[in-house]
Amino acid sequence: MARAIYLLPLVLFMVLATYFAVSLRPNHDIHELPSAMIEKPAPAFDLAGLGASKPLALDGLKGHPFVINFFASWCVPCRIEHPLLMRLAEQNHLPLYGIDYKDKPEDGSHLLATFGDPYRQVGVDRDGRVGLNFGVYGVPETYVVDSTGVIRKRFVGPLNAETVDKELLPLLKHLDQS
Amino acid sequence: MRFLCALMLLVGFAAHAVEPSERLANPALEVRARTISGELRCLVCQNESIDESGADLAHDIRLFVRERLTAGDTDTQTIQAVVNRYGAFVLLKPPVEPATYVLWYGPPILVVAGLVGTFLWLRRRQAASADTVPLSAEETSRLDGLMRENDG
Repeated sequence: MARAIYLLPLVLFMVLATYFAVSLRPNHDIHELPSAMIEKPAPAFDLAGLGASKPLALDGLKGHPFVINFFASWCVPCRIEHPLLMRLAEQNHLPLYGIDYKDKPEDGSHLLATFGDPYRQVGVDRDGRVGLNFGVYGVPETYVVDSTGVIRKRFVGPLNAETVDKELLPLLKHLDQS
Repeated sequence: MRFLCALMLLVGFAAHAVEPSERLANPALEVRARTISGELRCLVCQNESIDESGADLAHDIRLFVRERLTAGDTDTQTIQAVVNRYGAFVLLKPPVEPATYVLWYGPPILVVAGLVGTFLWLRRRQAASADTVPLSAEETSRLDGLMRENDG
C-alpha cells in the first residue's frame, strides 16, 4: 500500500499530459473565449441600415433562426471569410444579417460594393455598443440565434468551410426543424 | 537629461490608458470607475486591465463602466453587467465559486499536505533511528577484523 505513493509522479504526469494534449490539439485556439451569452436572449438592438439597407432590429428578425455576422471594413480577417459568406448566401440561402461594427458607414458600404454583399440587411453599430452587449471582443464574430431570439452559438474569428459544414449549417437545420 | 526626464514621464503615463475625454466630472465616480477598470481584464490583450490597455475595446468598456456608474449603478451591479456580457474571464481576480475551488484552495491544500507528509516522514525516521540496537561484542570484533584486512 505504501508503495502506491511511488506511482504518484506518474499519475501527476499523466494528468498534465492529458491536459496539454487537450489544450494544444490542432485547430484549437487557446485564446478563444467561451461566450457568456450562449442560451441567453440576444440583446435588443435597433440599428440604422447601412447604405440602402433597411434598419436592422432584433424584433424584426425573430420568428426564424438567423445568423448575425459582426464585420468591419478595417477588419482584415473579415476579408478572409467574405468569399465564404458570399457562397453561403448564394448557394445555401443563409439567413445572414450583418452588423458593421465600429466603422464609418461609407467605408462599410464601399467594402460591400467592392466585394459583394452577402447580407439580407446590414445595421450600423457606429460606437460598438451592440457589439459590447453581445460580448464581441474582436471581429469577425458570428452568432446563431434561434427563432425566439436566444443565442445558440458563437463563432470567433473568420468562419471556414469546415466549421460551416460541420457546425453552423447542421445547427441551423436543427433549429429550422424544431 | 531633459530627454530622459521626458521619457520617464511618458513611461509613467503609459501605465494608464484613460483618455482625458473619458474622465467623469464627478471625482468620486471617477475614482470608483478607475478601481473597477483595474479589476477588469482587457479581452483583446488578455493580461492587462482595461484601465491600462490602449485597445479600442478597453476604451469602450471604460466608457460603458462610467455610463453605468453615472446612471446610478453600484460597483457590484456595474461589474456584473460586464460579466454578463463577457463571462467571468473578464475578472482579473477570479470569483470564489465551485468551478474555481481548485484554483483557490488547491495550493494551500498542497502546502498543508506537504508539511504533514514531511512531518510524518521525519518522525518515522527518528523513530527508526531510536530503534537501532548497538553492535554486539561479536559484531564489533568482526567489523574490526574486516577493517584491518582492508588496511593491509
